[in-house]
Amino acid sequence: MAEIMRMALGTGLGLVMLAAAGLAAHAKDALPMSADPALEARVMAVAEELRCLVCQNETIAASQADLAVDLRKQIRIKLQQGQSEVQILDFMVARYGEFVRYRPALNAGTVLLWVGPFALLAVAGVVLMMNIRQRRWLGAAPPPLNEAERQRLNALLGEADTAGASRP
Amino acid sequence: MKRYLIPLLVFLVLVGFLAVGLNLKPREIPSPLVGKPAPAFSLPTLAAPDQSLSTQDLRGKVWVLNVWASWCVACREEHALMVEMAKLKVVPIYGLNYKDKRDDALAWLNQFGNPYATSLSDTEGLVGIDYGVYGVPETFVIDKAGVIRHKIIGPVTPATVRDVLLPLVAKLNS
Repeated sequence: MAEIMRMALGTGLGLVMLAAAGLAAHAKDALPMSADPALEARVMAVAEELRCLVCQNETIAASQADLAVDLRKQIRIKLQQGQSEVQILDFMVARYGEFVRYRPALNAGTVLLWVGPFALLAVAGVVLMMNIRQRRWLGAAPPPLNEAERQRLNALLGEADTAGASRP
Repeated sequence: MKRYLIPLLVFLVLVGFLAVGLNLKPREIPSPLVGKPAPAFSLPTLAAPDQSLSTQDLRGKVWVLNVWASWCVACREEHALMVEMAKLKVVPIYGLNYKDKRDDALAWLNQFGNPYATSLSDTEGLVGIDYGVYGVPETFVIDKAGVIRHKIIGPVTPATVRDVLLPLVAKLNS
């Protein structure tokens, strides 16, 4: 019993320590880089527009990669120097290329990217329309049966019925 | 027969796209700096921090800039090749020691050999940002007029040295 108590205590203590460590780690992550929250918001707004080239599916704002940290620092310095958001984005594009933009600009190189999905949707729509139209034509009411056809239909149905009935 | 033709064509187009997609290297983003003047810098040398070297000092010769760091595992992979290339004495290799500690960097060169004409300390990584560095090692070829002619992202291989770097240097020197 004492053994179990001690184990439980140990686990509890371990959990508390883990939680504390987690909090500490969190506190470090959230360490304000500058005292000015308005500036920090502007830094993050610019960082949201930039792709981290080390982990390409993340923005500079979200990434913890060293390069992302450095680039956030650069953004902060440049904003403090009075540069505009557009100037900073241009600075990054000049060094890392168009790919650094998280929202690619619309130009000759990216027009397919922007228009492509809508073009595909339009093509799919046209194909669907053609298909529906064809089906409607196929599904138009057939001409009424004449006497011979009706007799043949009845015979066939009757045959099917008797065949079904005679089955054990 | 005709019924299967369209799905077959669609399938073939899809295979084509996937085949191309598989062979792309998404990590290698073409640098906008190729064909542009190399960003100017003036940095302290690794060997003697009180001395510095600037891009201006390197005007008039073809040179290679190799971005490296002692913490970079892939750098170790390419380093022997850099040493080999330096022995050929066809082109001076300048090292950009990126975000490194001086002592670690010096120990690293001691251990693996020093192929660099000079290594420069970019402790803060600011010159790295100017050069669009995002994956160490990176290697740039810069011509006599100070224009970046080529960039290699990641470790250079014997094939790149033989087929790309050396022919390009020879062309730029002629």
